[in-house]
Amino acid sequence: MENLFVYIENEGGKVADVSLELLTKGRELASELGVKLEAVVIGDGVAGFCDELKKYGADTIWVAEDKSLAPYQTLPHAAILCGLIEREKPQICLMGATPVGRDLGPRVSSAMHSGLTADCTSLVIGPHTDVKSGKEYDKLLYQIRPAFGGNIIATIINPDCRPQMATVREGVMKKEYAAKAGEGKVVQVAWREMVKPEDFVVKIIERHIEERKINIKNAPIIVAGGYGMGSKEGFKLCFELAEVLGGEVGASRAAVDSGFCEHARQVGQTGVTVRPKLYIACGISGQIQHTAGMDGSAMVIAITNDPEAPINKIADYTIIGDVAEVIPRMIKSYKQNSK
Amino acid sequence: MKEKFEIVVLAKQVPDTRNVGKDAMTPEGTVNRAALPAIFNPEDLNALEQALRLKDVYPQSTVTVLSMGPHRAADIIRDAMFRGADGGVLLTDRKFAGADTLATSYALSCAVRKLNPDIIVAGRQAIDGDTAQVGSQVAEKLGWPQVTYAEELEVKGEVARVKRRLENGVEVVECKLPLVVTVNGSAADCRPQNAKRIMKYKYALIPTEYDSCGGLSVDLAKKHDYLQIKEWGADAVDPDPSQLGLEGSPTKVKKIENVVFQLKESKCLSCTDDEINALIVELLETHTLG
Repeated sequence: MENLFVYIENEGGKVADVSLELLTKGRELASELGVKLEAVVIGDGVAGFCDELKKYGADTIWVAEDKSLAPYQTLPHAAILCGLIEREKPQICLMGATPVGRDLGPRVSSAMHSGLTADCTSLVIGPHTDVKSGKEYDKLLYQIRPAFGGNIIATIINPDCRPQMATVREGVMKKEYAAKAGEGKVVQVAWREMVKPEDFVVKIIERHIEERKINIKNAPIIVAGGYGMGSKEGFKLCFELAEVLGGEVGASRAAVDSGFCEHARQVGQTGVTVRPKLYIACGISGQIQHTAGMDGSAMVIAITNDPEAPINKIADYTIIGDVAEVIPRMIKSYKQNSK
Repeated sequence: MKEKFEIVVLAKQVPDTRNVGKDAMTPEGTVNRAALPAIFNPEDLNALEQALRLKDVYPQSTVTVLSMGPHRAADIIRDAMFRGADGGVLLTDRKFAGADTLATSYALSCAVRKLNPDIIVAGRQAIDGDTAQVGSQVAEKLGWPQVTYAEELEVKGEVARVKRRLENGVEVVECKLPLVVTVNGSAADCRPQNAKRIMKYKYALIPTEYDSCGGLSVDLAKKHDYLQIKEWGADAVDPDPSQLGLEGSPTKVKKIENVVFQLKESKCLSCTDDEINALIVELLETHTLG
């Protein structure tokens, strides 16, 4: 019970950013709890990661390495993670809310009969008193996430079952080397004792992985469009403004669901989380599901014809007007003044 | 070669959180659930379509929709029957109330054992929780493999071939049945309701609905097996009671906060050249732009 696990997602010899972000968060939580931060690495050619994981604060690095363990497959990875959890009994187990983490997490949580909270936007340690039994808990993991389409913020706890499991989306937590590197002890996992032959029942026949083409996460300027852009045609104004300003284009879920642009541009709880120095929200009402992914922006400009839109309340500047009029004026003004 | 498959589709009736309008929030800032229509969870419709396509190929197969929820969730089972499903089971009992994803998955897995299908298809996730946990957890409870994010599904003999949509690409996998497949929203849309099927199944009812419908429709429903949507309480699926509902849920909700937007000092501009110009100049001067 004296440790905290982070599942280290990796592909093609590279650790996923989200896993390093979770190590950073995990380091903070582990120190607060006074437990060890432990990374679980499963795959092929993974031994090279250990130095990096140590810099992010990992005290122990559990390694299960074999050709058969890459690329990721649900059953073998779940069997190894469950095997380790049963042996080491970590208090907390964190993983990315990526396609891999969202496939693996529920499988493991079900096998361990431990709760799992998906897509947390904040993880905090805190006390809890059970109203019914009066039982007191000292240091539980508060798993905080928007719910019900983002209209409420729920704090979920897992009082009695261990580990307390949570997934977090990429970009939600900050990624930083630990102030002091972890112990970095590498331990080989006896994974062959944990994985059964029938765990390899799913056969990968073909696999085409493309480099992610669109990446708005690190853009300093984001012009994001919402349902208020009206149409796919109307949405092009966002691309025009972004190009002129040297920024990237983001979108709300409503705009993506309406087919105005691709999902990779979606900002919010079910998309990416961004912290640009300037975020221009065009025709976006500002549901919490969206703002959860951009409210860390240094400056927000909202363009909307609705003076009551929730986005206005987190905007530094609100321009009341039609996007089709405001955006061309901004482009014109920028071209005139930037020379 | 096997030509007849028992297919179970897991489906959920959800509040339509995608279209949260102004009236969806009360003046006090709480969620006005009454203003949100209850709909067929969108990705479960994608899953239903994959099941129906399998039945198109193997017409002797049976597509059964399994849903857990209140009595009114019988609506989505009827909807599925209008689109091509053969029948459905509504798992409904106060003992299931307050279930988190794990307790939900456990109850569903108990019902699945009774139905004994060859394959389960489910939507990737439901829009009211966005957790994407139930499909995988049902698979684990049954000890079956899972294939998530499916876009296309084919079955030949005892083997399913699934095209998966990953974040950065696609993967094609094969797996022996039985299997749980969760279907992505990028898969084919579900076929619409069919007029002949609406005529045939409009009086399909769960027994609880007999009281409120009355008369001819109930007589019809009682006479024809295909009009009887099964209604199972907890006792019908022989569960371990300690794993049901709130009691069986490892996760508890500690606190719910309604989202109240905090006012931040904000400047409001109108759509004039002068005001927009002044803003751009200010942004350039502060090096926010350029």
